[in-house]
Amino acid sequence: MIYDWLHSMTGSAIAAAIIQSLLPLFIFILPFALFAVLLERKVSGHMQDRLGPMRVGYHGIFQTIADIIKLIQKEDIVATENDRRFFDLSPILVFAGSYAAFAAIPFSGAFIGSNIDLGIVYIIAVTGLVVAGILMGGWASNNKYSLLGAMRAAAQIISYEIPTLLIVVTVIMITGTMNLFTISEWQTQYFWNWLILGGPVFGTAKLLLIPLMIISFLIIFLSTLAEVNRTPFDIPEAESELVSGYHTEYSGMKFAMFFLAEYANMFAVSAVVATLFFGGFQSPVGYLGNTFGAKWLIPIEQFFWFTSKGLFFVFVQMWLRWTLPRFRVDQLMAFCWKYLIPFAFVILILVGLITVLI
Amino acid sequence: MKDYILKFWQGLITIIIGMRVTFRHLFVPAVTIQYPSVKPELPERERNRLYVNMDDCIGCDQCARACPVDCIDIETVKSVPGDDLGVTSNGKKKALWVTKFDIDIAKCCYCQLCVFPCPTDCIYMTDVYEFSEFERENLVYDFVTLTEEEKVEKKKNFEEFTIKKEAEKAAAAKKKAEEEAAKKKESGDQPGEKPPDNKE
Repeated sequence: MIYDWLHSMTGSAIAAAIIQSLLPLFIFILPFALFAVLLERKVSGHMQDRLGPMRVGYHGIFQTIADIIKLIQKEDIVATENDRRFFDLSPILVFAGSYAAFAAIPFSGAFIGSNIDLGIVYIIAVTGLVVAGILMGGWASNNKYSLLGAMRAAAQIISYEIPTLLIVVTVIMITGTMNLFTISEWQTQYFWNWLILGGPVFGTAKLLLIPLMIISFLIIFLSTLAEVNRTPFDIPEAESELVSGYHTEYSGMKFAMFFLAEYANMFAVSAVVATLFFGGFQSPVGYLGNTFGAKWLIPIEQFFWFTSKGLFFVFVQMWLRWTLPRFRVDQLMAFCWKYLIPFAFVILILVGLITVLI
Repeated sequence: MKDYILKFWQGLITIIIGMRVTFRHLFVPAVTIQYPSVKPELPERERNRLYVNMDDCIGCDQCARACPVDCIDIETVKSVPGDDLGVTSNGKKKALWVTKFDIDIAKCCYCQLCVFPCPTDCIYMTDVYEFSEFERENLVYDFVTLTEEEKVEKKKNFEEFTIKKEAEKAAAAKKKAEEEAAKKKESGDQPGEKPPDNKE
């Protein structure tokens, strides 16, 4: 574990913990956000038969860096009627919520921010801060569109937490633990051991679980998609209706923080989905480190597989964005309450019966 | 219940169909033309900036008369007998010094009507279409090849020539008058003779 190594290097538990907690931010989230924004624009462009950014660097690879430099230079505009304190607090809270989720995500066998036993439940709880931040930002902006967007966001995120949690409970019933690190370890290497294909235990239970797990994967993917306000669930930011929702009034670095939080969130939910159903950091085909007898290679490979899975789901989110139009508010609520939640309940009961009886 | 399951199923299937379409488009080559670095191919008969080849221009003013928005402004000076203006590429003799040939491309409506009447094909549309300017004055194109001094010189030459001609004419007229007077004198002596035809 990296923490032990840091502890022996610095000789102080506090310094090691601080470095440990900053690692995902600087090693992962910031570079990922830079990359994801570019990926988003490139994917959008090519899906519409365009090219996307092409000017800055080869095929526009430095576009996001240029954007960040622009955002840093920009004036931080605060309107006179804004509630200054909450207006400033909101982006920090939103970013803190999405950053805190990374604490319990196991990036590889050697790195997890905090190996807490509540893992998945902690992530769902702490991302609740995002709702508070969004609502605060919308309210403090003193702008009806911002407030409408924030209220829609709050309603949506809270509604979609229910199917997410129900599926999480289903997974917990199968694995018997809430610790994401243990869940990843439990779905050992090779893809047929992953939970989407019924888990590592062979038998009738595995066969029965496969269809249920595929449906529950779809449910949790869609509901987490809604939780991060991505299209087709982007009614809180609906550009064509609400300017851009709760961050209409923000500019400069505060806007950049919302942006960063959005992309960090996208990866966080993708990582959760990948961890629960696709083996987390486990390789689908075995490790090179094992074949060559180089044990130090395994954590690096695990990190590679974890980020690949996460990026794949991020890509699917972008892919869905250019496939589906935005929901209406009532359709959004109907989709959650009339379809996802009943299905999630049925799966919960069926999986409960399977785990108890077989 | 059946309807409910069917709806769920249809939703799923249609999403997959839609995603297949968008995924296919991910690999369709982009239609974008990277404009300043890659220029689009223009149609064959495109009409863009006008150009006048002054070597061929005979100053006939036909283009200016054809122009519906009066954006061509031509002034010419007649040449004096000693001047060598050369010939156009299709063998026409030039007789006029063109001292002013301005095209106000800001007014130009790109109708190409000036191109057809030109007897020497010296005014034509080029394929240049990037000629925006910050000042409107810069859009008045001056095609004259003569320098300012030459223009003044040619004008002076012509004026001198006209004065000389006038003088010659006056002298000729005087001479004629004198001759006539002399003739009259003579004819006074010989009445009945027809006076000479001097209609000229």
